[in-house]
This record gives sequence, structure tokens and C-alpha cells, in this order.
Amino acid sequence: MIDWLRSLFSFLPPMLAELATIVASIMIVLVPLILCVAYTTYAERRVIGFMQSRLGPNRVGPFGLFQPFADVLKLMIKEIVVPQNANRFLFLVAPLLSLIPAFAAWAVIPLTPEFVLSGIDAGLLYVLALTSFGVYGVILAGWATNSKYAFLGAMRSAAQIVAYEIAMGFALVGVLMAGGSLNLQEIIQAQSGSVLHWFWLPLFPLFLVYFIAGVAETNRAPFDVAEGESEIVAGFHVEYGGMAFALFFLAEYANMILISVLVATLFLGGWLSPFQGIPVLGDTLLGASGFIWLALKSAIFLFCFLWFRATFPRYRYDQIMRLGWKVFIPITIVWLAVEGVLVALDVGPWFN
Amino acid sequence: MIEAGIFYLFATVLVGAAVGVISSRNPVHAALFLVLAFVTSAVLWILLEAEFLGIVLVLVYVGAVMVLFLFVVMMLNVNIEKMRVGFTRYAPLGIIVALAVAAEIGYVIWTRRGQLPEKQPLPADNYSNTEALGAVLYTDYVYAFELAAIILLVAIVAAIALTMRQRAGVKAQDISAQVATRRQDRVRLVSMDSEPRQ
Repeated sequence: MIDWLRSLFSFLPPMLAELATIVASIMIVLVPLILCVAYTTYAERRVIGFMQSRLGPNRVGPFGLFQPFADVLKLMIKEIVVPQNANRFLFLVAPLLSLIPAFAAWAVIPLTPEFVLSGIDAGLLYVLALTSFGVYGVILAGWATNSKYAFLGAMRSAAQIVAYEIAMGFALVGVLMAGGSLNLQEIIQAQSGSVLHWFWLPLFPLFLVYFIAGVAETNRAPFDVAEGESEIVAGFHVEYGGMAFALFFLAEYANMILISVLVATLFLGGWLSPFQGIPVLGDTLLGASGFIWLALKSAIFLFCFLWFRATFPRYRYDQIMRLGWKVFIPITIVWLAVEGVLVALDVGPWFN
Repeated sequence: MIEAGIFYLFATVLVGAAVGVISSRNPVHAALFLVLAFVTSAVLWILLEAEFLGIVLVLVYVGAVMVLFLFVVMMLNVNIEKMRVGFTRYAPLGIIVALAVAAEIGYVIWTRRGQLPEKQPLPADNYSNTEALGAVLYTDYVYAFELAAIILLVAIVAAIALTMRQRAGVKAQDISAQVATRRQDRVRLVSMDSEPRQ
């Protein structure tokens, strides 16, 4: 893909051609991603509507398919009101700070066996560093608004994200030990073989911890105490309207997609085909690795996000803290010790 | 050429942010300038192809330490007037220390000006400095490395032990007791005769 783009821009001087190639390949990732975000909001309303025996949006276009665009248009023409005692600069920068890391993390995610924007060696660390950056948007929004409700939301979110990030980091250490590399492409290749070669099986506790911590990290139900509309109105974005609010909304859904793709990449073999290694199917088109498998696997987790929101009541704050510190961190540490023994003994197809 | 441009851009931002840390009156702004300083120095390290160090700097300091720092600074209502009182009194001392450090750096560079290599040779394409660091840390310096880890662990335990206190009469929930309850403990079925009609 990148080679094709490079040949497309070959008429330009070499430095400009390189720049154009980079920008174009970023666009190839970002534009579909933004469309995915738009349709995730639509899917959420339809799916939750279905689960609650409602219709959901069905007026704009066929089956309400143009609803996301109508929403964006509405939010764009609304006025952004900055509260009088708010810190104006930070108030307006905060939504950007939560959106940029959610998009920037895609730079190292392998979408096909060949296509990845930047195949750096420390890819897993890069993802961890950028997802930890997202909390600044929430904290600064809460502080800059200069409102008690927003501040409470920000404080809750900061404590929660710090707690769950540790469990997430330990789960990633497990993946790193099994994959033997920090490069995401090599981690996927280490899982090749069959469905049983994927890391979900040997790292099952870490897989569950990572996904649940991911739900908590994105501030989604049942861990959405940072918003907690029944307690603190809307939490950190209580004073935001129009496009400034839309950016927070975009960041939340972009983070959901990112976590789904990461879980699919790290534990379910990314773009590897689930039919790989099966004698009859393995040679056909179904056995071939490709983007479609990554998309399908991520869609499963994305659906789980919506499902959780429709079915689980919100956690109480002290229960969230207990789950993070007293349940998840011990589970991950114990499983890392178990994994260390398994790696030392060269168990199964995973650890050698 | 481009690399030099990027270097000077981010170096300028870094110096500006560092000045902002000590000169801004709002403690939250100072903490945010520190975040900016960390991020720009990470960029400079990545420019030197030390991507592991750069990313770990962002991960540890920006992602964890500064979040907690901001958390505390926002929670405490720091008295800004009180903070500014000491500034002029300590400024001469600060300037002297800064000049001394600058003089030392200048002296070291001046005495070795002939020995400094013009440009480090670029490592091979398949060279990974993450791997190289790990190979050194877990072989040559493994004892020092493990010792540092143990000291950190002791510090964590000590911090918790110092702040932990048991108070009488706290009505906290015992979650394992809640989970372990059975129906027999909570509900009792009583059989009794129905009351006669009045």
C-alpha cells in the first residue's frame, strides 16, 4: 500500500513525495476511523434500543443511517459557551488533548500483514504511553471549567485511570513475555498457527483483566463514574457544548475502537485468520490473513462495550477502586509468575 | 537540515516550558509546563534514536507521576501569596547555583573540545536500542538493577505502612463477608397458623 502511494507521488521532488506519502497513508487510516466512530454512535443507539425494546434513530435516511451526520451538523452549528470563570485556554485545549492520543495510537497498529503506519520496535510501549496521555483531557477539562461537578468528575476519573492503568500495564507485560517482542507485528506473528495458538488461551486471566480495565479506562459503563449523570450531572464535560463536547464524544468512541482493536491484536491474533491451520479451509480464501479478520474480531469487543452499557448498573466508586487495586493487580501479578514458570519450561506452542 | 530544524524548535519549546515551570504563578500551570517539558525532551531523545528512553519518559513521568502530581496540586488549595514571598530571597542563591552548573558544563566541553566526536555513526538498520538496553541491564548490571527494584519495593511498603492507620468504629463494608452470606443467614421461613376470621 505504501509503495503504491510512493509511486503515485513520484512526480514530486523526493522530500515532498515522502511527505505526501506519509500524509496520504495517515489519511487512509484516519478517515475510515472517523467514519467508524460516527457509525459506532449510531450502532450504539440502535443496539441499546433493540435491547430495551425501542426503535432507536430511524428517521434520517434509510434505517436512520444518516443520523451521525445530522448529529455532527447540529453540534457544529451550536455555540461553544465558555463559562465566565473558566480558564479559557485550558478549557478549549482539553477536548483536543483527549482526542489526539486516541488517534495517534493508531500509528503502530498493524492493520494487515503488510500495512502499518510505523512498525517501531517499542510499539507496545508507545500504545501504553499514548493511552495514558488521554487522562489529561479529562483532568484539565474538569479543572479549567471551574465547577464543582466537573472537578469531582475529573478527580474520580484521574484516580480510576491511574488504578486501572497498572493492571493494564501488567497485562501487557504478559503479552510481551509470550510474544517475545514489543513490536505489534511480531506479537501477531508469534500467535500464528491456529485459534489455539492465540494468546487468549495461555493468558486467559490477563485477557479478561485487559478488556475490563480497557472498559474502565475509556470511562464507559459500568465504570462511567466520571460522567455519572445521576450524581454529578455530566461530570467533567458538564459545561461543554457544541463542537467542544463533540470532541470529547469522538475521543470516547475512538478510544473504545482502539481498545477493541488492541484486545483483538494482542490476545486474538490480530489479522490472523481463525481458520488458519485447519487442513481443508486453511488453503482457501478463509484461511488467508487479512484486515477483515481484525475488523471482525474488534467488532465483537465493540459490541460488548454496547452490551455492557445496556445491561450493567453503574459500579459504586469504592467498588471500582477495590476491583482495580485489590482484585486485578494481584490477579495479573500471580499470572505473570505462572507465565514465568511456563516460559522457563517451554510449555505448549506459546512459550518457546 | 530538517532534523536540526526539529531539534531547535523543540529545544526552544523545552527551554520556554522550563522557564514557565518556575515563573508561572498558578501551581497547576507550573505542573502543566513540566508536562510539556517532559514531552519535548522525549521528542529530543527520539530524535537521537533513543526511542525506548523517550517513550518510557512519557509513560512514567507524563502518564503516571504528573497525573498524581496534578491530582494533588488541584486538590490542595496552594496559597500563591505565600509561595511568592520566598522567590526574591532565594533568587540570588538559585542564580549562583545555575551559573555554577553552567560553568561546569562549559568547562568540561572546553577542556575536551578536541576529543568530542563530530557525529556518532548511525547504528545498523536492525539495531533495537530496547533490546540493547535490556541485554546490558539483565547481564552486566543485573545486581544493581535488582537492588534498585528492591529499594523501590521497600519504599512502597514503607509509604503504605507509614500512612496506614486503624480507626475504631469505621463502618466500612466487609466485602468477603457480604459475598459469603447465604440465604439461611438472612431469610427465615416461619410456619404459623392463619388467624381466625373476625
